[in-house]
Amino acid sequence: MTTDVPIIEIRNVTKRFGKVAAVDNVSLDIRRGEFFVLLGPSGCGKTTLLRMIAGFEMPTSGQILIDGQDMAGIPPNKRPVNMVFQSYAVFPHMSVADNVGYGLKIAGVGRAERDERVREALGLVKLDGFEDRRPDQMSGGQRQRVALARSLVMRPKVLLLDEPLSALDAKLRAQMQFELSDLQDQVGITFVTVTHDQDEALSMACRIAVINKGEVAQLAAPSDLYEYPNNRFVADFVGSVNIFEGKLILDEPDKAAVECPGLGKVYLNHGVTGPHGGDVWVALRPEKMYLHVPGEGKAVRAAAQDAPEGYNFARGVIKGMSYLGDITLFEIRLDSGAIIRASRPNLSRHDQEDFTWNDKVSMHWRADSPVVLLG
Amino acid sequence: MPLFTRTPHAPLEYSKTLWMRSWVTAVMLFLYMPLVVLMAFSFNDSKRNVVWRGFTTKYYAKAWENDQLWGAMMNSLTIAAFATIFSLIIGTLAAVMLWRFRFPLKGAVDGTISLPIIVPEICLGVAFLVFFSKVGWPTGFVWPFNLSAIIIAHITFCFPFVAMVVRARLATFNREQEEAAKDLGAGEWQAFRDVLIPHIKPALISGSLLAFTLSLDDFVITFFTSTPGTDTFPVLVYSLVKRGITPDINAASTILILLTVVLTAVALKLQGVKSIAGSH
Amino acid sequence: MAEQDWKTSKRTFATVSTGPLFWTLVFFLVPMAFVWFYSFGRNVGLTEIEIVGTLDNYKRATEWLYLSIFLKSLAVAGLVTLICLIIGFPVAMAITFASEKWRPWLLLGIMLPFWTNLLIRTYALMIVLGQQGYVNQGLGAIWGGASWFKTLVGLQPLDTWEPLPLLYNNFAVVLGLVYVHLPFMVLPLYSALDRLDKSLIEASLDLGAGHFRTLMKIVVPLAAPGILAGVMITLIPALGAYLTPDLMGGTDSQMIANVIERQFKRANDWPFGAALSFLLIYAMFALIALQSLRRKTPVDAR
Repeated sequence: MTTDVPIIEIRNVTKRFGKVAAVDNVSLDIRRGEFFVLLGPSGCGKTTLLRMIAGFEMPTSGQILIDGQDMAGIPPNKRPVNMVFQSYAVFPHMSVADNVGYGLKIAGVGRAERDERVREALGLVKLDGFEDRRPDQMSGGQRQRVALARSLVMRPKVLLLDEPLSALDAKLRAQMQFELSDLQDQVGITFVTVTHDQDEALSMACRIAVINKGEVAQLAAPSDLYEYPNNRFVADFVGSVNIFEGKLILDEPDKAAVECPGLGKVYLNHGVTGPHGGDVWVALRPEKMYLHVPGEGKAVRAAAQDAPEGYNFARGVIKGMSYLGDITLFEIRLDSGAIIRASRPNLSRHDQEDFTWNDKVSMHWRADSPVVLLG
Repeated sequence: MPLFTRTPHAPLEYSKTLWMRSWVTAVMLFLYMPLVVLMAFSFNDSKRNVVWRGFTTKYYAKAWENDQLWGAMMNSLTIAAFATIFSLIIGTLAAVMLWRFRFPLKGAVDGTISLPIIVPEICLGVAFLVFFSKVGWPTGFVWPFNLSAIIIAHITFCFPFVAMVVRARLATFNREQEEAAKDLGAGEWQAFRDVLIPHIKPALISGSLLAFTLSLDDFVITFFTSTPGTDTFPVLVYSLVKRGITPDINAASTILILLTVVLTAVALKLQGVKSIAGSH
Repeated sequence: MAEQDWKTSKRTFATVSTGPLFWTLVFFLVPMAFVWFYSFGRNVGLTEIEIVGTLDNYKRATEWLYLSIFLKSLAVAGLVTLICLIIGFPVAMAITFASEKWRPWLLLGIMLPFWTNLLIRTYALMIVLGQQGYVNQGLGAIWGGASWFKTLVGLQPLDTWEPLPLLYNNFAVVLGLVYVHLPFMVLPLYSALDRLDKSLIEASLDLGAGHFRTLMKIVVPLAAPGILAGVMITLIPALGAYLTPDLMGGTDSQMIANVIERQFKRANDWPFGAALSFLLIYAMFALIALQSLRRKTPVDAR
């Protein structure tokens, strides 16, 4: 799927608007054929970065190379990339066929070939037979497919997508996530998507760059991002998480321990690189916790037995509960006063009856679950 | 038509109340009655607009043969045609310039372009009179070039209106469409032609109609810039009203009123009643 | 989306801006500049004008003779605006609250006269108002009827009917200006009323206020910007009106535009006319400035 030379190289790119740096010294490489996602909250600079690749903004400093060629001074209509805009930007006064064939017409492609390629592109996006329809007769989802076809028919080296799923309703969104992934597999070109929705990112991407305030917070594959965030921003932005402050009290190559005033003692079965005795944070995901009625814990934990006595264990009272059907979310007030969030799958039909408000509850987690964060 | 029936109505349905309906009817009568009277009198067999003496269409025939009337009408239409075309171009360019670009002194330019709308017609007319006389604008041209001074004056006060209308429509344009066109390979002009112009087409049409009407209807500015032989229809009617009207003017006026109604009906068909009524 | 800086596409900017800028400069600013310069000049001989930098013309313009005409024009314009407002407001309300089906037709009905030629409209009004026009005929008929009725009951008949002088006086000018400008007033009023949140009216009625009180205390203040716009759209053109006072007015119904016209045609005193023109322009600007000042102070609608 990937070869050596990156299809897009972003080298030390900064973009300023006045004094504000929307993109701050970003460097990253996008590999050929991958589905790459720029993820971040609104205003973090991800869209600006995308637009710079497309050519609608020029970097204040730094270089952007597409397939080894420096794009400085090259306007958008001459770049080997095509973009699907957030509003789809389908031309309302043209039929679907004219829309999809627009780029080909500008490029001087003959009628016959144009018609053939348009038909092919519409087939790719599952809009066969829609040639003569007009955009105002179509739904949002259909118009998006037209925009996709319009870009794909140009056979670009890279397809850029700006928040492709944000305007769709939940069901359609889920469906389109699969379709976009399939499409990318089929067509084989590199996709670069911008989104603020972490679910989208996790489900579609090969690699994700999390952007915060114009900088890359972390660049990794989805599972790495989720299970091994390397800073609090990423841990919090991707999925929900509990974060506790603590001091690193044990730091060995194959194990480590952190003492958190709010949570208790945390044991990890791998080494961490951190200042011994220094301040760190511990991140623990809600689904990693085992909940049980106090008293029944010892038996459960004995089975797990991957942490010393007194570690990876906490007690509290259930202060909030949300039944979501497949899982139940809990908000538990620990003995220390801190609030922790836990989630529990409803494996059997009566699981949600196990706990209720104000119940005392014990939790433990495995030694490979917590993540130590330095920033 | 149940215009005055007393149907019980909800508190907010003001337009069903009797006095409201009477008021509106009265206002409509006030606005239209003089026009209806004028149209009626064009068929009156009498030299003066006094007593009804009998139905005739002879004044329509007289109007048809009135060279002076025809001349004035042709002048009005020619001026309006040229003024509309040029105002459309200049006004659209001005609208695009203001909508798209940021440049030094933009506020001042914006204000200045709108000035002809605000400055009283009499002051504009005076300014043109002074300008053309000081510059020594030649007046001896053959038709239609003898209308050039009037046309220039009309373009000057019409194009800001066109700019205003086009600008309003530009504000609703989704810029991403233009970017999409460029992304697909279109250059500046191609994107403009293929994407922007179709979007502003309704504004171009209503702007043209507006310019045409303003030009055709203008009196004051034309009065100050016309020279012998360049009378327009309003100017001709003016001098006749002052001197003593000839009845064929009634006939010509009626035709013009009907023409206005027809044009409005055509515009309605093209655009829909709602948008015409809303585009003031 | 943001505007582009002109430097990012100099060629496109040049293409779009050259035409309008050139035209505005040469055919608007230059003529206005000429007039402005003339206002500081004086007549030398029959056709020559010398720019001497004198303020005599302006001084003369502020003499009572001309100042009074100016103030009178302002008064007439103000009266016309007031009448249009009073007549037009209920019409605007009627259109706003009309059913969806009727509304566009009503709007069209108000606008259609606007699109008819101004001169034709004025002339038509003159026919109706003339000594033997319909209005007088109608009134005369009523008078005659009343007179006949009096004889029927044994009283003396009324004196013979003297047609009312409805033309060539101030009354005619005001009526004529109202006739011409009424459509201008209705549209901004309608626009503002249309944007009004109707539930506010319902709330007021629900709380016990009568219709009129609701109108005064709720509708009018909230529609104030639209009212102001309508006032400006009527007042300013009415102030500078030429045709209506010229055709329908008498010798003492002169408005400022007529005076200006005279300087350029019969009186041949162009510098003075120029000064008057500019004073009129300054007055307009002052009115507009007043309006935008009003707009800046927030209107507390509660």
